[in-house]
Amino acid sequence: MRNIFLFIRRHFNLLFFLFLQVMSVYFIVDYSKYHHAAFGNISNNITGRVNGRYFEVQKYFYLKKTNDSLLKANEDLYNKLKSDFSIPDTATKLTVDSIRVDSLLQYRKFRYLSATVISNSVTANNNFIVLSRGSASGIKVGMGVVDPNNSVVGIVTEVNPKYSVVMSLLHKDSHISGKLLKGGETGTLNWDGETPNIITLMGIPKSAKIAKGDSIISSGFSTAFPKGMKIGRVEALYKEKSTNYFRVKFRTACNFYNLQYVYVIENADQDGVHDILEKVKTQP
Amino acid sequence: MSTIVKNIVRFCVLILFQVYVLDKIRLHQMVTPYIYFIFILWLPFKINRTLLMLLSFILGMTLDSFRHHPGFHAAACVLMAYVRPFIINLMIPQEGAETNYEEPSFRSMGGMLPYLIYSGLLILLHNSWLFLLEAWQFADVWYFFLKTLLSTAIGLLLVLITELLFSRNQKFKTNTI
Repeated sequence: MRNIFLFIRRHFNLLFFLFLQVMSVYFIVDYSKYHHAAFGNISNNITGRVNGRYFEVQKYFYLKKTNDSLLKANEDLYNKLKSDFSIPDTATKLTVDSIRVDSLLQYRKFRYLSATVISNSVTANNNFIVLSRGSASGIKVGMGVVDPNNSVVGIVTEVNPKYSVVMSLLHKDSHISGKLLKGGETGTLNWDGETPNIITLMGIPKSAKIAKGDSIISSGFSTAFPKGMKIGRVEALYKEKSTNYFRVKFRTACNFYNLQYVYVIENADQDGVHDILEKVKTQP
Repeated sequence: MSTIVKNIVRFCVLILFQVYVLDKIRLHQMVTPYIYFIFILWLPFKINRTLLMLLSFILGMTLDSFRHHPGFHAAACVLMAYVRPFIINLMIPQEGAETNYEEPSFRSMGGMLPYLIYSGLLILLHNSWLFLLEAWQFADVWYFFLKTLLSTAIGLLLVLITELLFSRNQKFKTNTI
């Protein structure tokens, strides 16, 4: 027993060093557990407040770009107005039918919540975005985030009453499913951590007809995003020799460098889908 | 200013500068400019090794909490703090120099070259451990080496600039009191 104490005293520095290293690695690996702990919440509150102050100053430098992107989003919406489409037969008048013929009620499935980005990074290997709204405004873990032009940004991973943290597409653990607009083949997004704005799409079979410049959209298979949100455009194609799949490099539709305003998408069906998935998982 | 107050101010200023100035600069994906570890480089010679590691751990965790994924910088900083005394012992010119001056600088290390070797080695260790942890594998060895070397060069340049801009005039303390 005495020898053990002597050993600890003699090698205290080395042991303390190893202890701190193991603790750090434990934090890295066990990130999901950490962020539910109270410490994560407190540190998020503090860093969130500092980031908020910084954003107040920084947002003035981006007003022009923000304006441009809002103009573009508005243009998109105007082009979808019903009054913009005329009917060949001039005798008919365009009316919106307010009486439903069938008894199936229409209901809202997706709801958009606007939020401002108060901190964002692109250069790290694992990038996160912090939004200025949290669970008090109805943001929940697992919701999808898009930019003003409906291009996918990421998924909410952490909320507290005031702020929420989004795992952006530029994160190694970010695996959202994407779909080719033309062919409809789906694959998984995967970021290699090298160039920001360039992401790889895995799992597209070699039989797919795909060319440079093709659009990639969200598949709608997950509850986070509606179908058809823009993800990116194909930049380069590689045939993997060992597998039957393409490795598709694409440029993201969303520019992560100057993200200022985003929309968080709430899915009314999310809980229902999760419940039924849980049921399937627990069945033997 | 007492040593404690001075170091607390340094801690806050360096973290804020790192998060709000250097992290906003996007030079290239191969280069990540870091300066915050100059806090560890500038800690006094006579600091307790356990305290040194603890302070470095706190420094790393603070930066990590701004980046929302804890552990990476903490691990790298702790490694730096653990190795620092060994490198100081190698680089110090003559016996007793660490008692004559308070903290590492050009003057107390006996010139520019020993100080730059001291900081260069520590920055190299910090960057290689950090990027290794971030990549979590040796998949692309050349990418890893190039990124480490380039980032170390930029880090060393930043340290040199900081040293020249903020010259810390240290008094020569005799130990014959």
